[in-house]
Parts: sequence; C-alpha cells; structure tokens
Amino acid sequence: GRYKVIEGIVSPVSDEYGKKGLVSATHRVAMSRLALETSNWIGVDPWESKQQHWSETVEVLRHHYNRLLNPDHLKGSVQDTRVNKTGQDKQDMNSYPGSPQLKLLCGADFLETFKIPKLWREEHIVEVVGKFGLVCVSRGLTDTHRFIHESDTLTRHRHNIHLVREWIQNEISATEIRRALRRGQSVRYLLPDSVIEYIKQHDLYTAESELQNAGDILQPLKTNTE
Amino acid sequence: MEADTRTEVVLLACGSFNPITNMHMRLFELARDHLHETGKYKVVKGIISPVGDGYQKKGLIEAYHRVAMAVLASESSNWVKVDPWESEQEEWVETAKVVRHHHEELLMSGQCKDEADHVKKGKKRKLRASEGGVSEKLLNTAVPELKLLCGADLLESFGTPNLWKEEDIAEIVGKYGLVCVTRSGSDAQRFIYQSDLLWKHKKNIHLVNEWITNDISATRIRRALRRAQSVKYLLPEPVLDYIQSHNLYSPDSEEKNADVILAPLQKHANLSK
Repeated sequence: GRYKVIEGIVSPVSDEYGKKGLVSATHRVAMSRLALETSNWIGVDPWESKQQHWSETVEVLRHHYNRLLNPDHLKGSVQDTRVNKTGQDKQDMNSYPGSPQLKLLCGADFLETFKIPKLWREEHIVEVVGKFGLVCVSRGLTDTHRFIHESDTLTRHRHNIHLVREWIQNEISATEIRRALRRGQSVRYLLPDSVIEYIKQHDLYTAESELQNAGDILQPLKTNTE
Repeated sequence: MEADTRTEVVLLACGSFNPITNMHMRLFELARDHLHETGKYKVVKGIISPVGDGYQKKGLIEAYHRVAMAVLASESSNWVKVDPWESEQEEWVETAKVVRHHHEELLMSGQCKDEADHVKKGKKRKLRASEGGVSEKLLNTAVPELKLLCGADLLESFGTPNLWKEEDIAEIVGKYGLVCVTRSGSDAQRFIYQSDLLWKHKKNIHLVNEWITNDISATRIRRALRRAQSVKYLLPEPVLDYIQSHNLYSPDSEEKNADVILAPLQKHANLSK
C-alpha cells in the first residue's frame, strides 16, 4: 500500500554488449514495441540501444532518472510523471517529494551476477541498490534471501531490494525460444503473435545468428579488466 | 511428387478450460511439433472440448462462458477449433464417450467428402475397410487417427480410485491413443511402467517433453483474478478482455459446487453399490 507504479520502461541493451546470439538492436527494439502495444503503462526506450558503446547499468539508470526529473525531455508515449520542477539538488532522491523513484526490475539471475568477478564495480552495485533500488522477481526466494544475506552491501540496503515471488511459473527464457526457432518448432502462445510475425518476416534467429559474437568477451568484462 | 504416407492425426483436448490459458494452447503446438518430428504423422486438426456443467467441479463456471473464451483463444489459430458438443450435454459425459463421439464425426465427415449430398447426420455406416477390403473411395478419404491430448495430470488421474472405468482407459489408449505433454517425462514413464494396462499399450502413448516450462494452471489464474492481480501475458488478450467485461472468477464463483461430489466419482460409486 506504499507505492504506485506509474511507468514501466523496457531498455534493450546496445549491440556493443557483445553477447553471443544477440541480433541487431533495431530488431530487438521493434519486437519490444510490438510486444508492448497493448500495454498502457509499459513502453520501450531505445536510448541505451542507440549508444555507440555499451552502457553500464548505472549509466542507464542515471539517464532515465534525470529524464524523469525533466519532463521537457520526455519522448514517446510515456505518460506524464509527477515531477518536482524546481530543479533542486539532484544528489539526494529523497529531497524530491514529488519525483518518482526509479527502480531496476530484474530476475534472480541478474541479482546473482553481482558476484561474478569483474562484471560489476563495487561502487556501481552500491549505487544501483542504494540510490535507486531493485525489484527482483524470482521463483524461489530462499536462495535469493541467502544471496542477499551473504553480501554486506546488499544486506545494508536490503530495505531497498524488493523480492517478488512468482507463483505462476513461466520459464520462457529467450535462449529456449531461440533454440525452438532454430529447430523450426512452434513458439506460439509464448510470444505475442505480432512478435512471431516479425521474426518470421525478418528471418531472425537462425543457426548463424546464434553464432553472432561467439568467442568474443562480453563488453563489461573487457571494460572492468582494463 | 512423392505421396505423403504419413498418418493423419486429429488431437482432442478435453478439460474444464476454466479459463483457457496460453498453456492449453501450447499443448496443441507442442504435440503437433512432436508428432511431425517423428516423420510418421501429420496433425490436421485440433479440437478443444470444454466439459459440461454436469461435471460439478468446484469453481466451474457456466459452460457458455468457457466455450466463448475458448473460441476467442482459438480464433487466431488455423487448425485448432472449439467443439461445444460435450459442453451442451445435460449430464456429464465420460471422456471415452467424447472420444467415441468425435471419432464417429470424423468417420462421417470422411464419407461426406465422397457423397456430400447423401450422408445424413446420425446415420452410422460401416466402413468397408472393416470387412477386410479397402474400397477406392476410402483410400482417398482415409479417416485420420483421433488422439486424446493431455497433460501428465490426466495420465496420472487414471490411478485415482473410482474416477475412470478400466474399460474406458483401455479404449482410449488401446483404440485411439494418448498424446501426453509433460515436464517430468521420467515420472510419466514410471507411471506407465507401473500399470499393466498402460504398459500393454505404451506404443500408443506419446510422451512429449515440455522443455519450456509453462506452469500456467487455470487454478492459479483464478486465484490471481480473485486477488485482483494481473494475469496479462498468461492468457490470450481477448480471453482477458472477456473475463474483465463479464466479471468472471470471484470468491463466489469459486464456491460453486463446493458441497457437491464430482460427477464421475458419483457415477462410479453408484455403480459399485
């Protein structure tokens, strides 16, 4: 009874992320748009996908947070947000009684990437969970609770990490979808029909597309090793 | 051109469909892919047959709505359709009878292809093939095999006392066949192994592995709806709209039949007296 969710943003990663099997951002953005056509509160923001370099998660969060504070820069079909327009000091979110809080929505697998060596910078984890906040949807919470418990940083900010239990389990991973598509199997009723149509028309997700970036190192691992 | 020697198959799914979900529709897709991948079958049709109100299951809302939602869900499919026959019967109909009914429909429509004007519905005609020889007419209009499509829960319900008649199970797996979509293939295999009847007809029981788990049970959907939680993306959009505009699935609707015994249990308890 404490929160009102007013907007959902889907932000596809840029091609520079370098993940194996990643098809061009143009397509991923188009498909996300199609999938969200019937939603009156979730929209796609292509900003991250258009950047020439891979953006760290905190960069994306900061970008959207600043955008929400300045309604003049709002683009697309995003609804009006309640924003404090006096331009106060942006350091402390809580000094804006009127501005919305921006939280990162993710699955349990994302949360657990915090422990992968060299994937995250410690100060970034602190910013994500401390300044912004996490809403983590997961099937089984026991492991997630333990993961938070075993990290000092996460425990310190545990009030800012909302764990959501997914009772109706829907293990529709994109990896499995791409696998089914490569094998000519039906993915009907797992994706919106409009997205399936798009994939057919553009002949996406083949054995070749899965080899995209194969053998390359994921961009964040490159960046944080330098 | 090479002749297509594959056996034609029609998949029949019986169930409450209370409400129909994306998982139900997935069963058809998974079953079709599986049968096609064997190279031996060609799935030509899928039939959704919602159970009648006489089933008296707790929380079962009117057949009228369940059929309407199933129609909405299958509208965009070019091979899966709804057949309201079972839902229109006053009393609950055993699954074996439903399968038999649809099998007879297939036989008659096969003959209709040859003699469109002459066949009257309701008239049974013997297949010439059953007399030992296949007539030329019937070669062109071979009747597709009808198979019951289900999840592991139905397969395992064969073990519930008084729910099924032994001879009905024998007819379904022996004469027609089962296509069972399951996440836990090994449990299903064990269940078949532990039943002499099922083991005898195991060639006629096709287990389809559901690798992309889709645990969208209608019970959980109804629960979410009662709690005003979102079920968007779990049901086809038009079904969701229908539920919202007709205000279906409330705590009251869930209490329907709460004090009544399920029809098959009632029927078989009476028989054993």
